[in-house]
Amino acid sequence: MVGITAFGAYVPFLRLDRTAIGKGGKGEKSMANFDEDSITMAVAAVMDCLNGIDRDAVDALFFASTTSPYREKQTAATVAVSSDLRQNILTADFANSLRSGTNAIRSAADAVLAGSARQVMVTAADIRLGVPGSAFEQSFGDGAGALLIGEEDVAAALIASYSVNQEIMDTWRIDGSPFTRAWEARFTSGQGYQRAMSGAVSGVLEKAGLKPADIARAVLYSPDGKSSSRLAGALGFDPASQLQDPLFGVMGDTGSAYAIMMLVAALEESKPGDLILMANYGNGADAFVFKVTDKIKEVRPKRGMKGNLSSKRVISDYNAYLSYRNILPGAPDIYPIPFGNTSAPAMFREVDKNLRFYGVKCESCGSVQFPPQRVCFKCRTKDQFQPIRLSEKRGKVFTYSMDAVASRLDSPSVVAVIDFEGGGRMESYMTDRVKEEVKIGMEVEMTFRKLFEREEIITYFWKAMPVR
Amino acid sequence: METIKDKVAIVGMGCTKFGELWDKGAEDLMIDACYEAFEDAGLDSEDIQAAWLASLVSGCTGSRLSNAIKLDYIPVTRVENFCCGGTDALRNACYAVASGAYDIVLAVGIEKLKDHLGGFGQFITAPFDSSKVEVDLPPVNFFGQFATRYFHRYGISMEEGKRTLAKIAVKNHHNGTLSPKAHLRWEVTEEQVLKSPIISWPLSLFDCCGLSDGGAAAILTTPEIAKTLKDDYILVKGLGLANGNGSGLFDSDYEFTSMPENVRCSAMAYEQAGINNPREEIDLAVVHDCFTIHELILYEDLGFSPRGKASEDVEAGTFTLEGDLPVNTDGGLKCFGHPLSASGIRMVYEVYKQLQGKAGKRQVKDAKVGLTHNLGGLPAHFNCAVAIFGKEPG
Repeated sequence: MVGITAFGAYVPFLRLDRTAIGKGGKGEKSMANFDEDSITMAVAAVMDCLNGIDRDAVDALFFASTTSPYREKQTAATVAVSSDLRQNILTADFANSLRSGTNAIRSAADAVLAGSARQVMVTAADIRLGVPGSAFEQSFGDGAGALLIGEEDVAAALIASYSVNQEIMDTWRIDGSPFTRAWEARFTSGQGYQRAMSGAVSGVLEKAGLKPADIARAVLYSPDGKSSSRLAGALGFDPASQLQDPLFGVMGDTGSAYAIMMLVAALEESKPGDLILMANYGNGADAFVFKVTDKIKEVRPKRGMKGNLSSKRVISDYNAYLSYRNILPGAPDIYPIPFGNTSAPAMFREVDKNLRFYGVKCESCGSVQFPPQRVCFKCRTKDQFQPIRLSEKRGKVFTYSMDAVASRLDSPSVVAVIDFEGGGRMESYMTDRVKEEVKIGMEVEMTFRKLFEREEIITYFWKAMPVR
Repeated sequence: METIKDKVAIVGMGCTKFGELWDKGAEDLMIDACYEAFEDAGLDSEDIQAAWLASLVSGCTGSRLSNAIKLDYIPVTRVENFCCGGTDALRNACYAVASGAYDIVLAVGIEKLKDHLGGFGQFITAPFDSSKVEVDLPPVNFFGQFATRYFHRYGISMEEGKRTLAKIAVKNHHNGTLSPKAHLRWEVTEEQVLKSPIISWPLSLFDCCGLSDGGAAAILTTPEIAKTLKDDYILVKGLGLANGNGSGLFDSDYEFTSMPENVRCSAMAYEQAGINNPREEIDLAVVHDCFTIHELILYEDLGFSPRGKASEDVEAGTFTLEGDLPVNTDGGLKCFGHPLSASGIRMVYEVYKQLQGKAGKRQVKDAKVGLTHNLGGLPAHFNCAVAIFGKEPG
């Protein structure tokens, strides 16, 4: 039996009040901070999913997105390494389609069924842009989801899957453009969304021998706040009792991650025996039926959709949104931080420190040290250290400063000295913070973020953030 | 191990005006500082047998100095040790004389900072980690972290703490007005300091030193030769240099209320100079007040004030020109300005003038022993230089 063995999600801490974009906006959209992108959000979702799970049994990681930071360079490798998965696993990018996430689920299930992997981590993340003033700008949210697909201890068994494809110009983004475009809604809604989704949903129900009434929860991708409800009604579901809330007013359309994130939300509320239907859209549709098992009681993401959605800071700063997404140009920072050029060999050499976020523990005196040292600062023993993953450690602020002039986007730049639980200290930027709340003793956790971009190379690293 | 005490004498010194010297280049600063020193010593460039040039940004070779002042194919070593560069150049020059390898040597520190766009960040060295993930913000942030923690550790409210720091800025600004070569020469009030914009919380604009162009030079020789040149030469009494081991940012026992480098380095210099009670035995100190919080902390680190009590001494006026132990008589980094590698030798210039009784309106009465102090780098890798000078042997 193949199915979902664990799940997780990530919704950025920031939410943009849609009325800040323009009159008539309703609710909030999730908004990645200046230091987030699809990679960082995917890492957060994977870490949310991995909560206590043995990483050694994960044999592959599939990353899905329409907004990979690189046009050429595998992003799944970055996500796998930063999540501290094994090196000898298959990593693959699924790209260019809103269906990339569900495409990846199908491939993962096939891989597990075929015996080529015990468990496959599927993660989808998106940070799409609508042209300022467009409906897309209002509807798009940022976020990521992660599902672990495997055969043992399955919490939601995959009963059936069904796909249709469709050649249509409804929603697209051509190479080199930052903005997603669409044909008029009367065309895309009827000929694209309704037609493809109906075909896939009907197909998967028929394949599983089920009727709409058998389904406890229908998770339907929705390009806006209402379409999934109309579709559900037309297909014979009762939208009020069966349809998963599209979370449109609190998050928005998170692209390739959207259906997966809604599925995570549905799984969090599910009980053993529930049948969950998920259908995702994008040049066709992928549909799945899952049956929730007793194991669902044991699967707990670190924060999940519920935890992510409830932990937030709503802002009304549209300029910040435009600046963070690089739509609004701004004066460059007064000096480059850090100083000097990016070094690909140094990044390569220090990947365990920078991405896996390993410190070391001295085998002689037991002190934890980050960055890893070769000569222990305490007992001066040389080269006798055990690596220790710090990405899941909490810490406390020992002291801090807040730089008001160094950075345009991150102002003030909060720099905190963090003492980790179990030992170890580092100086770290603090992100997703409210500056008035920063204080000595504040509890923090670590989050994977973009540090800076130079030579068209993005340097990623871990930052502290107040515990969400 | 022998002490350096009384083995080396300073017979000539020069210091340029510090400031935003838009019409001067690095070579001008070297020439102006060195020729003042030559004149002061009654020597010229042909008398110099070896030289040390300290600079972080203005020259990557000793040749920059020999080119500027046309030294005669003699050894010139470039020294770089963050803000300790100048004092370290002087230290190397002292040991060269003490070893007997040379009779007359030159130590120069210069920095032409204002040729670089954007102030500090454009010329600081890259972070120590080559993949550059370490926090690499300007130093004000690290000193801000010390301020946050220092106030927390000693139960000082942010308001009280900032007022104490403001008093230090007010004192140094006052001294700067009496210092013709200083960069920032005006009085400020506590209220002005407290109302100045935040640079990095909790430190404000007036908690930060000036960034300036400048150069300073010293001519060193043996006491025997010094006697033949002038009566008011000054003797080197102690030289400390301590480079931290980098644990400041990953050792949870590191308190952020003291710089161990200051403590270890000053102990080194005190031992050489035979100083047991610095508060009593030192007549004036010119120290590294890059940020007011550092001046506060180093009152304790250098043994001038008991731990946690520096604020009380500030309140009592101990470190003003009229106080028991005047500190930063020339305005300090705060107002004299801080061209990194030039600052150490500029401090020695002030002590030299004070011990000679040539400090004008800011003259400290009966000054016989003076101390200079620099701290460079970041908590992960501070370095500290302390030098002690005296008027009389013994």
